[in-house]
Amino acid sequence: MTLAELAEKLDLEPAAARGRLDNEVTGGYASDLLSDVIGNAEAGNLWVTLQIHQNIVAVAAMKDLAGIALVNGRRPDEDTIEKAEAEGIPVLVSRLPAFELVGQLYRLGVRAVGVDDVE
Amino acid sequence: MKVEKDVTKTREMVYETKVREVMTGQVITVGPREPMSTLREILRRNRVSGLPVVEDERLVGIISLEDFIKWLADREEDCPIEEKMTRQLVTVHRDDPVVSAVDKFDKTGLGRLPVISREDGRLVGILTKGDVVEGLLRKLEVDYRAEELRRHRASYIFEDIEADGTTLAFQYQVRGHDFERAGESSTRLKRTLRRLGVHPNVARRVAIASYEAEMNQVVFTEGGTIRARVEPNRVFLEAEDDGPGIADVEQALQPGYSTAPDWVRELGFGAGMGLTNIQQCSDQFQIESEPGKGTRLAVSFFTNE
Repeated sequence: MTLAELAEKLDLEPAAARGRLDNEVTGGYASDLLSDVIGNAEAGNLWVTLQIHQNIVAVAAMKDLAGIALVNGRRPDEDTIEKAEAEGIPVLVSRLPAFELVGQLYRLGVRAVGVDDVE
Repeated sequence: MKVEKDVTKTREMVYETKVREVMTGQVITVGPREPMSTLREILRRNRVSGLPVVEDERLVGIISLEDFIKWLADREEDCPIEEKMTRQLVTVHRDDPVVSAVDKFDKTGLGRLPVISREDGRLVGILTKGDVVEGLLRKLEVDYRAEELRRHRASYIFEDIEADGTTLAFQYQVRGHDFERAGESSTRLKRTLRRLGVHPNVARRVAIASYEAEMNQVVFTEGGTIRARVEPNRVFLEAEDDGPGIADVEQALQPGYSTAPDWVRELGFGAGMGLTNIQQCSDQFQIESEPGKGTRLAVSFFTNE
């Protein structure tokens, strides 16, 4: 599924790099610890977090993530938007809390990479 | 796979490209009080199917081939163009992104949009669907060539160098406590490695290690240096600082062990996973540290699969 499809279904508001919304989402990862994301997220993942400062863009770029979804209606900082545009990392805003958003994503078939292999 | 990527690129360009870059700047126009009968010759000669109607450099309407044919078919008397033109104008600004023009083409079914200057409302050009396609193709080719050229130049650098062994070295200066620019060195390093033709997976792993090392220098020290060496069979990464040092390296290597202050943790750093991550994504890992002196980290990534 692409970011654009998820954005439409879950009412996510694009806040940066709108031109990259056809990024394919291969899985999801939820965490607010940057090193945890660096260690465990996989390329192509949609990252669910409440962190809004610009360093999230560097982490997403480093890991080739599909995009970042911010929860609780938290809007990215100005510098975050600027960096995200420059690096081409889509940032989406959800009004839902993390637990709800992850639940909805899961329902739509977004899984943590590797979990499918176990089932 | 290739095709898919090109589509993404086109999408991106539709957002990044401005109308002014693809529009036709030389516009043939008519005045509102010119007679309808003059259109026959103008439309035929210029092979266009519509014309903006302009008075004192201002767009007042648009007259299309369809309007002209209808007028002919109705066999009416000759009359000023302003009586038959369309006054409902759908326009774009020259600094609009092309995507907003594409939206308007889609929604209205129109074939051409007059382009207006945002500052003074003057007519400055005209945009057809053909202009958009042509403009994007032109840009795609230029972009593609530039990146190809860069990659080509960079990836052949080893072949052009005459030596028994070749090493390319890059150095980045990290500023302590500067969270604004934190991660920049690693992002630049990753881009450089990709251009040199280093496998994307290896480039990503090097960048991850470099990012964690960079963050450690930002959080705990007054700054440091990150060096990377690209050799034929491996990438070597070295991070060095003269900061506070680590008292117990064994303990620092335990996942979850952290001495980061609370405000750093609130930003999502300092989870005690940095060194663990570096260890996990590298092929060789070495750390030396002395309290009060500084820390030196040396890691290798093998590039031949």
